[in-house]
Amino acid sequence: MSDAESTDEFEPVQVFPESEEMDLRPGADDCYKCSTCDSECPVAAVDDEFPGPKFQGPEQWRLKRKDDTETDDSVMSCSNCMRCDSACPSGVPLSQMHNTARGSFVENQMDKLSREYIRNRILSNYGTLAWFGSKVPRLANAVMSSSVVQTVNEKVMGITAEREFPEFAEQTFREWWSERDGATVQSDEKRVAYFHGCYSNYNTPEVGKAMVRVFESFGYEVMVPPQKCSGTPMFANGMLPDARRAAETNVAELSAAIEDGADIIASCTSCSLSLRQEYPELFDLEGIEDVSAHTYEALEYLRIHEDLSGALEESEVDPRKFAYHAPCHARNQGLAGQAIELLDGVEGAEAEDVGDSCSGISGTYGWKEEKYDTSMKIGAEMFHHMEEAEPDAGMTECPTCAMQMEHGTGYEIRHPLEVIAEALVE
Amino acid sequence: MAIESDVLVIGGGLAGASAAIEAARGGASARLVTHKENTLRNASGLIDVLGYHGSDEPIVEPFEAIPDLPDHHPYRKVGVDAVRESLALFDEITEGLYEGGHTETNALSPTYGGRVKPTSRYPKSAAAGLASRAEDTLLVGFETVTTFDAPLSAERLDSSVPFEVRGVTIPFPGEFRADARITRLARALDADELLDRENRTGTREALAERVSEHLGDAKRIGFPAILGDEEHREVRETLEDELGVPVFEVPMGPPSLPGMRLEDRLYEALETEGVRVESGNPVVGYTADEGRITAVSVDRGRREIPYHADQFVLATGGLVGKGIDSTREGVFEPVFDCHVPQPEERYEWFHDEAFDDQPYARFGVAVDDDLRPLDPEGDPEFSNLRAAGAVLGGYDMAREKSASGVSLSTGQVAGRNANEDLQ
Repeated sequence: MSDAESTDEFEPVQVFPESEEMDLRPGADDCYKCSTCDSECPVAAVDDEFPGPKFQGPEQWRLKRKDDTETDDSVMSCSNCMRCDSACPSGVPLSQMHNTARGSFVENQMDKLSREYIRNRILSNYGTLAWFGSKVPRLANAVMSSSVVQTVNEKVMGITAEREFPEFAEQTFREWWSERDGATVQSDEKRVAYFHGCYSNYNTPEVGKAMVRVFESFGYEVMVPPQKCSGTPMFANGMLPDARRAAETNVAELSAAIEDGADIIASCTSCSLSLRQEYPELFDLEGIEDVSAHTYEALEYLRIHEDLSGALEESEVDPRKFAYHAPCHARNQGLAGQAIELLDGVEGAEAEDVGDSCSGISGTYGWKEEKYDTSMKIGAEMFHHMEEAEPDAGMTECPTCAMQMEHGTGYEIRHPLEVIAEALVE
Repeated sequence: MAIESDVLVIGGGLAGASAAIEAARGGASARLVTHKENTLRNASGLIDVLGYHGSDEPIVEPFEAIPDLPDHHPYRKVGVDAVRESLALFDEITEGLYEGGHTETNALSPTYGGRVKPTSRYPKSAAAGLASRAEDTLLVGFETVTTFDAPLSAERLDSSVPFEVRGVTIPFPGEFRADARITRLARALDADELLDRENRTGTREALAERVSEHLGDAKRIGFPAILGDEEHREVRETLEDELGVPVFEVPMGPPSLPGMRLEDRLYEALETEGVRVESGNPVVGYTADEGRITAVSVDRGRREIPYHADQFVLATGGLVGKGIDSTREGVFEPVFDCHVPQPEERYEWFHDEAFDDQPYARFGVAVDDDLRPLDPEGDPEFSNLRAAGAVLGGYDMAREKSASGVSLSTGQVAGRNANEDLQ
């Protein structure tokens, strides 16, 4: 072969051995070190010890190509808000790299008998905890809110005593669903499967009920398939085997619903992001791409498939002003402006965006005793803007952002679906 | 079905923001979709209109030089009055943040590499550094901010300007990681973090103290552009009070604080005008009917969501912003696949010397006087699509120093024409 011919058969030099697992090399190579991710990282903004997403992602990935290099433990300080993903102008899959590094750190370097591991395992399996709690909600609420238990939690478990544990509902969403005998609307054309997640099942069933009422008012048959945690808290704690087990159930059940003609709807933006993005990025399961492609956030779905703005323009709610915070995970799905745009059309509702900062709680992150201060420092900007807005209530799609908003400002927090349900159904 | 607006702008940089603001001011419902953080964070924050054309001598009066540009240059498409108007709009939006609107003459701003650069508008924070002030200058760099080598920059500047320039490198006050981000240092100045709790010395005062011993006869002091983010005005004022001479920022590469401040201001203006802004997902395709685009599709991860509109503006950027892309076979515009004029032979895309007048630098879509992209036959690709900013071809922004002026003016004209064409 002549030299002229060979120029078009360019092969990059193999610097690193072929990856046997997920190939993150193209992602690492795409980083041109502009540091936009670092300047957008809410943890790096308040924690000088945290080296930032550029290190956690591409730089650490490169360092790890050497056999004797361990994952730096700072990866556990990443809150998995995933803002770096939407910051990167070069398409580096930062959160995928962080999730992978964190998973490897927990599996290979973390002492499985350490307090941190046990605490993280419990926090990331919130659904299991909540399942027990919901069996005896009043007792559980009384126990969890006792200051003695809170102190023990902090001293023994490393769970901050600063926060009020979320109350379990006296009737879970699923209990309500079976009591009402499931769907009241049947349709072969318009069908959705509701992924309620742990929180709207055990803690805020009113969000799930609002979702059902709104979708039924548009003529949708709602299915509620069996399901486990979306994996969001597990990813954030590097508990990938737990997340994978839950994913196996979810992908099988949701695939069956898709088979029945349904699209998947979530009311929690972290659940929808997980099914959409983290599932196919981290697991290779039969049907996982299909589940990803059929998953939507609830209002996003109606906005695409129905004339939701038109319906809202003729609607009305009791006059109230909301201070709206867009969760980072909603932002990543391009949904940050959606609630404000929809509520602008509803007579009586006024919604003010409290800015693009992170709430700081990031699921289980702000529950950890050693992360609590960081979490509150990140949230300070949002608290300040909420108070400036002087609302009647706060509003967000994410249950843990809602906890943080309430904790930082004292305002009651609503989900947009609840207000939309009030506008369209009640 | 349901995501609708009169005008949909694709791209969230200077061109896209100008287009959306102008369309909204004309009465249209405007929506702007942008894929990622825009490239303003990678930009110096200087607003250049035209710095060079045809020689190595900087242009003094950019508006007078515009008529000499070739016919296919974007400035010739919109006309010199439109360029003036777009700067007036910029001045209005950035009131208090920018200077330079008092004259049509180019200013000469020092760069971090130690050159001077002709520019039309500059952040207020850079004003005291202009070469036209001809005052002896001290440049101060920081040990950990390795992207600004003050002594080297000073040495180069000193050899080309009619005043004396010295440079020193000092440690940034306070205890930071050796690789502390410049945004972290900016925030320490913003908050005036206390270094010494007993004496209650803040970062700003401590910085002034460290610099003062190097001041000498200098009549002004330049720092890399990291002097605060939201509180940049106060940071600069404190330093000036403490040091007794004007203080300025030298524009820097990414992440650029002046670029971020400009971005904040532009996005505030979008909100004020009622423009709906969405970020996080790319526009990847479209549907059209009889030469009119009916909707574009936004890729929300493994599914494409239609966004309907009556008029569309393509402001996706150039080779850096990925509004223009290439393979080894050709150069293309990825959203609408608009025609991008290019030599057939790949070896004619470039010249061998890196700083030659490079053909690839001019790659982009060709447009008519209404800024509608043209197909290979010279007819509009679509009747309701206009293009603005770096996606346009026919000019070399890096060589001419014309990027911001082209973005602002073509953006505004595209937004205005889109609004006027609403059906």
